[in-house]
Amino acid sequence: MAQNTDFGFDDDVRMLKESASRFFLEKETLTKLRPHITGTEDPHIGEVRAGWYATEDWQEMVELGWPIVAVPADAGGIGMGLVAAVALQEEIGRAASPTPLTGTLQATFVLREAQATSELQLIASGQSMALAIHGEDGSLELDSTDVTVSNGRLSGTSWYVQDAQKVDGYVVAAAAGNGIGLYHVPRDAVEVLPDRIVDLTRDQARVVLDNVEATEVAPPGEGETVLAQAMPALLTLLAADIVGAAEWQVQETAEYARVRTQFDRPIGFFQAVKHPIVNMMIAVDEARSLVYNAASAWDSDPDDALRTALLAQSSASDCASFCSNRSTQLHGGIGFTWESDVQIYHKRQMHSQFLYGDATWHREKLAALL
Amino acid sequence: MSTDQEKSEFRDYCRRWLEENRPPPTELPLPQAAYEVTYESHRNYLCDWQAKCYEAQLIATDVPAQYGGHGHDGFQSIASSEVLRAKVPYFINWIGLGMTAPTLLIHGTEEQKERFLPPIFSAEEIWCQGFSEPGAGSDLVSLQTSAVRDGDEWVINGSKVWTSLGALASWMLLLARTDKNDKYNGITYFLAPMDQEGVTVRPIHKMTGESGFNEVFLEDARVPDHLRVDEIGAGWKVAMSTLTSERGAAQGVGAVASSESPMAAVNQLIQLAKDTRRNGRRVWDDPVWRDRIVKIYERTEAMIQNGRRSRVEALNGGAMRLPLQGKLVGSEVRQELGEIALGILGMRSSLYVGDEHAEADGRWPLSYMNSYTGTISGGSSEIQRNILGERVLGLPKTK
Repeated sequence: MAQNTDFGFDDDVRMLKESASRFFLEKETLTKLRPHITGTEDPHIGEVRAGWYATEDWQEMVELGWPIVAVPADAGGIGMGLVAAVALQEEIGRAASPTPLTGTLQATFVLREAQATSELQLIASGQSMALAIHGEDGSLELDSTDVTVSNGRLSGTSWYVQDAQKVDGYVVAAAAGNGIGLYHVPRDAVEVLPDRIVDLTRDQARVVLDNVEATEVAPPGEGETVLAQAMPALLTLLAADIVGAAEWQVQETAEYARVRTQFDRPIGFFQAVKHPIVNMMIAVDEARSLVYNAASAWDSDPDDALRTALLAQSSASDCASFCSNRSTQLHGGIGFTWESDVQIYHKRQMHSQFLYGDATWHREKLAALL
Repeated sequence: MSTDQEKSEFRDYCRRWLEENRPPPTELPLPQAAYEVTYESHRNYLCDWQAKCYEAQLIATDVPAQYGGHGHDGFQSIASSEVLRAKVPYFINWIGLGMTAPTLLIHGTEEQKERFLPPIFSAEEIWCQGFSEPGAGSDLVSLQTSAVRDGDEWVINGSKVWTSLGALASWMLLLARTDKNDKYNGITYFLAPMDQEGVTVRPIHKMTGESGFNEVFLEDARVPDHLRVDEIGAGWKVAMSTLTSERGAAQGVGAVASSESPMAAVNQLIQLAKDTRRNGRRVWDDPVWRDRIVKIYERTEAMIQNGRRSRVEALNGGAMRLPLQGKLVGSEVRQELGEIALGILGMRSSLYVGDEHAEADGRWPLSYMNSYTGTISGGSSEIQRNILGERVLGLPKTK
């Protein structure tokens, strides 16, 4: 199929991206986050952090229709493609925003593949949702869940659930004798045990299910297929978040190199500083082009969705690691301190880098296609 | 602008023409890129090929007819991508097409354009570039070759180096100093005839053993004043716009200097890893090598998608951000690809061109070594990073 020249970024998507960019700038998310992480600095003595997010900002996003951009129109959504969700997620990453929008966009694409209209309608009604699909070993295979299903009831623990404290419900992967099924479970039916994690902008938890009644989204044996079909979208969204955050790291590091003076010059004069910042930009641009390519393929050339998503995630994962490393190093001591936002982005990237698998894993998957 | 229908018809035409007119292979294989051409037999073959392509409207496609062009609008990029896709020979006059023509179209007089552009397109006159000097490489602005006015002429003295095609060229893009006391405004840009007393060309052998570039000595060489480009002292400004063309920002008239697309090279690398057995298994079955190869594949696809994104104003992060990365990233990825190929071959990579047991007649060690042309010439990778840091990220100028 011929490629569209603009990756599907039509006027509507461009306007969405611009307004999201403005929105997060105005909301000053990290300034608002600060008081909630102050006092939790030392992991040896601090409490487990509650998964703070700006609830009023989330309400505004609901009113703007952002959680439903990719919900099909027949389920009450706006019915746009992955490219629209990617546009939002890139801006979320750039702002390092803790928001249930991230999980909700991810869940949307799983529900779409499962054609789970009534759960999509829950999102359309303003509910947030997150995926609960991993087992304790953090295996990247799609059948790795430790939750089991019996007579429509779920038992066991789902691990590494992102934004678990923020959302209204979960899409849970559970094993039956004949494979994996997917189920919707409301927040108040489960116990949420927050993990103590590095990243300050996410919350992660174990979701404990004790003989919980659940609504079937995909029957046992079809869950793996649905997850496999949705995986390119999940990887692309994740990579978009990384790219947004990495662009912040490039711009912030360049700004610091323009103003920080040593040896009577701005340090950006020195090529030992200048060249690595350029290398950061190159890494971001490669990943970003591959992200847009993957979103475009998902929307208009589905046969190429997996290959392009694997390219996007593996490039973005390497980009996250590299840009984080250089941004902290080139900021010198100040970037290493709690008070700097550089560490917040660094830690968000450390987290993103390994979600759903790292670069090496995804290149291994790619090799099988070549 | 041409309609999509017209563009699609033109693409079909290019494809058909290239298929029907593909030239037979040369007896002695052509070098891998246009800047390495040395032999007369290759020159004649490639000049004929370029002339034919010019006649077929694959070159100078969008240039106005009064300068020998074909007067289309928006067709050149189609023609150029089809030429690359068809894996036909490259165009020998890549400096004329890639540098002289864009420079003259911006800075040349009417007479200069009418006189010089048609024989550039038809390869009747080959061009070389006289910028670098033994003492002025990355710091080009410190060049010392002098031009002294003598009536209607200029007298040139000095030497130029790394001159690709110097032995085959009839014209040189020449930068010479007209004012020793003004570093930036003391350089003037000339179109210098090579066929005269006072111009001596001496080949330099590269590390590959091939020739391909030259030293050029200018001893009282003469250039008439009407072959000066732009004002006296405007040479640096003009040269910067020429270098921008070399860096890929202005592929305006159809320069194609290499027959191998980046992705074609990656596919050959993958095939090499699948075909090469070592220690009882295919190299492709070794996960460490496979990861390195797929990373190259990933970066090459990223370059292609960068090209696509650079044309979308809302997504490109500024007009120059992506185009200025093209040469830097392309040449470094190509070099890494070459290194990996040697690693795949292992001890067999020692077998070089001409050895009957060498893989693909030794092209892998040859292309690996030649990859340094990409990372050094036309502004080294280090200079490219300066330019990107300064122009795109606003970092303080190195100078």
